[in-house]
Amino acid sequence: MTSKVPFRVLQSLGLLLCLMFSFAAPSHAQSSVGTDPKPLFDQLAKADFAEAEKLIGQLAATGDARLVPALNAFSEGDLYFRKSDSLVFIGKVAGSSYELTDPVTGASAGQAAKNAVTKIKINNSLRRVIRSAMGGLTLMSPDRGVRLQAADAVLRSPSAENLELLETAISKETDGEVKARMVEARAVSLLSSDRSIDEKRAAIQTIKNYGGRNAIGILMGASASLDPSLKGDVDAAIASIESGQRLWDVGQNVWYGVSLGSVLLLAAIGLAITFGVMGIINMAHGEMVMLGAYSTFVVQQVIRDHAPGLFDWSLAIALPVAFLVTGAVGLVIERGVIRFLYGRPLETLLATWGVSLILQQTIRSLFGPTNQEVGNPSWMSGSFPVGGMTITWNRMWIIAFSLSIFVALLVVMKKSSFGLNMRAVTQNRRMASSMGIRTPWVDAFTFALGSGIAGIAGVALSQIDNVSPNLGQSYIIDSFMVVVFGGVGNLWGTLVGALSLGVLNKFLEPSVGAVLGKILVLVLIILFIQKRPRGLFALKGRAVEA
Amino acid sequence: MTFKSKLGGALLAAVMSTTALQGAFAADDTIKIGVLHSLSGTMAISETTLKDVMLMLIAEQNKKGGVLGKKLEAVVVDPASDWPLFAEKARQLISKDKVAAVFGCWTSSSRKSVLPVFEELNSILFYPVQYEGEESSRNIFYTGAAPNQQAIPAVDYLAKEEGVKRWVLAGTDYVYPQTTNKILKAYLMSKGVAESDIMINYTPFGHSDWQTIVSDIKKFGSAGKKTAVVSTINGDANVPFYKELGNQGIKAEDIPVVAFSVGEEELAGLDTKPLVGHLAAWNYFQSVDADVNAEFIKEWKAFTKNDKRVTNDPMEAAYIGFNAWVKAVEAAGTTNTDAVLDSIIGVSVPNLSGGTSTVMPNHHITKPVLIGEIQADGQFDIVQETAPVVGDEWSDYLPDSKNLISDWRKPMSCGNFNVASGKCGGKGS
Repeated sequence: MTSKVPFRVLQSLGLLLCLMFSFAAPSHAQSSVGTDPKPLFDQLAKADFAEAEKLIGQLAATGDARLVPALNAFSEGDLYFRKSDSLVFIGKVAGSSYELTDPVTGASAGQAAKNAVTKIKINNSLRRVIRSAMGGLTLMSPDRGVRLQAADAVLRSPSAENLELLETAISKETDGEVKARMVEARAVSLLSSDRSIDEKRAAIQTIKNYGGRNAIGILMGASASLDPSLKGDVDAAIASIESGQRLWDVGQNVWYGVSLGSVLLLAAIGLAITFGVMGIINMAHGEMVMLGAYSTFVVQQVIRDHAPGLFDWSLAIALPVAFLVTGAVGLVIERGVIRFLYGRPLETLLATWGVSLILQQTIRSLFGPTNQEVGNPSWMSGSFPVGGMTITWNRMWIIAFSLSIFVALLVVMKKSSFGLNMRAVTQNRRMASSMGIRTPWVDAFTFALGSGIAGIAGVALSQIDNVSPNLGQSYIIDSFMVVVFGGVGNLWGTLVGALSLGVLNKFLEPSVGAVLGKILVLVLIILFIQKRPRGLFALKGRAVEA
Repeated sequence: MTFKSKLGGALLAAVMSTTALQGAFAADDTIKIGVLHSLSGTMAISETTLKDVMLMLIAEQNKKGGVLGKKLEAVVVDPASDWPLFAEKARQLISKDKVAAVFGCWTSSSRKSVLPVFEELNSILFYPVQYEGEESSRNIFYTGAAPNQQAIPAVDYLAKEEGVKRWVLAGTDYVYPQTTNKILKAYLMSKGVAESDIMINYTPFGHSDWQTIVSDIKKFGSAGKKTAVVSTINGDANVPFYKELGNQGIKAEDIPVVAFSVGEEELAGLDTKPLVGHLAAWNYFQSVDADVNAEFIKEWKAFTKNDKRVTNDPMEAAYIGFNAWVKAVEAAGTTNTDAVLDSIIGVSVPNLSGGTSTVMPNHHITKPVLIGEIQADGQFDIVQETAPVVGDEWSDYLPDSKNLISDWRKPMSCGNFNVASGKCGGKGS
């Protein structure tokens, strides 16, 4: 059921390519050498990896754009040969058999049972060769996006053979962005060709202006095979790119820190209410996060089975579900266990620890001990560049999400009547009670709110971590650390605490490593708490004594 | 019918063994087998499956008439991912339940914890997971891969087929990755790789924020030489690692990752689309094209009553270990530990990749090494298979252990014989 989605994407991609190249074919006719590609494909049936590489080179040399769907199918592992006659076909799974099509003409070749065909083996180095060959073949596609992809492909696996194709393509190109990418690709391909030194010097300049990590890699890779007289140019170009990159690296590190901080904030913000505001040492907090993640899983399962079109909305749908589920569980825990233990922190600690074990084992019995697959909606996959930095979409959304939860919670606490009651009860229970506030009711719903927020955090964390019964355990220590460091009872403290711990961690990590970095952060917190026992933002006034 | 009632009996025994009532169940007409795998706690994710495999194998054997005319009876205990508890439960299995042999453990820590118990009480443990080597016990059989049966062939493949010149050795911070990386580093340097072309990185257990490390790998990989990551990252932490790789746009064609702890079971909880082309090295993949494997998968799916369950390498290791034990017991005519220890060496049983595995005098087994690329459906496409390799307990690439060999046949009977000094003694002694 899960394999359907990629398969359909593939299918439509293949169809798209077919369509495109039925239009593109005429413009390519002149570059075709006239070799019949079909026998080349059929030789793939018996070829090992090295021979297959040569065959792909020969296929690419025909310049025949009709081959693109077949090459694409090959790199996706969809090329098969029929055992009876060793002929090669593109195969698509259709029930218990394969739908075969001719690799060159795309004509249907009937069906074949699974055991009547053998998949043609493919590995990474072959995929690289195919990528470069396809890049060359699609450089003059009428579709702008395909041309851009082609230029990217050539840029990533440059080869001198594509050089002339690139130059023809550049002369015909009208789109600015695509042209710029092609010029870069040409410069990179030129370095490994036998062109003159002056042309290569100009190419080094082009690559230098292109900048970024990849440019350094390209230049360093090429420098070994280049003429010694160009060494000075290469070194200067690398040095110039690196100095430009340095500032971006710092920016990137801050971004990583903020992103880690936002995860800490998400994990801790529910605890900031149950522990920070109510003073309950809630060891089952992590399990609320875990329940939220499992709610996401269940929601996605239902969507996959009944409404696959809604998949990109699954997280939005999971949010209220997770909030209600974990809120309800929180309510039951408060009414069933915690309310008997107010004022007895040690017993609360042990009781909630027990509750956490029960919840873990329940989930383990219901869903099994293995990880559950929670998919990323398309808008949360991939990344985009900002200058010399790479920003991944999922991290960006998580930062935005945790900040909006924080703001929403702040509004509830400061502006709503429930928030007012909540603060009144925690500041002076007896006074609040005599003012007519139903304090047990407020306690129950405050705990439910904290649990519900932890559940919402679980929805977001399911996108970056494993959804397994152990999910909560990995966050409980960090959550307490953040709340204590930020100052118990203060939401702003939690925010500042989470972000500063995140950034601190990420600045330590590159120099001392992830393991030592974590230890150092803990040591620093211990020292800090010695100095300021009440954390960054200590509550002042009467609430402290209460 | 008998199968069902026996299975029921086994399960009942499993439940009872965790209570005080189990003594009532002892019967003389059965041979007891201990199953020592965590069913709760962090390791339950991997070990529960192995417990199920053992129950299946025992049920199958009973269908064939058991061993020495007696039925087998599984005694399942739960050491709860707690290393000291492993030793306690092992002691209980051997002294109280009087099991003939124990199949169990996953982490090296748990194996190290039970090792003295098995030596003291003279019983047998079959350990079915790939491990770091540097150990040989008279009472333990290592049916998982030693580093030369997994790590070194994988590195060879990358160097030869992918032309890799620069290596990132990334692992979780504990004994298996540390030792494996030490061996790999020594091996790579012996092949002429410069020290500046090797980057070693360790992360804590359950590490979930891989942004910095992935971007470090990207940086390390942009030195113009083909770069690959050799990952000894443990179980769960792999998922966010691969996700981050995918999100930062690192494809297998650019920087391939070869993993030693990622199998079918781990991929089942993962969206595998961004992982296509990354590699794993094992001695078995579910996608192996062999009749014996097809039959095993069918049995497994029928036994678990779940058509989606996958098989993996430690399951094959458990299968080989169990069958080798059965054959050795039948050859010896008794389950007596000393007799079985003698008769098991040289025993050959079929493995699931279509060949046979032989128990060697160093208590390791022979098996082929398979390199597979991850596919979109969570299975592996096998791109290389070697001839059977003998597990090497003492690595030839570490200065401390290159002179040591292990041979548990009489009259040598030594786990760490130093060929340079001609004496039986531990490292350096």
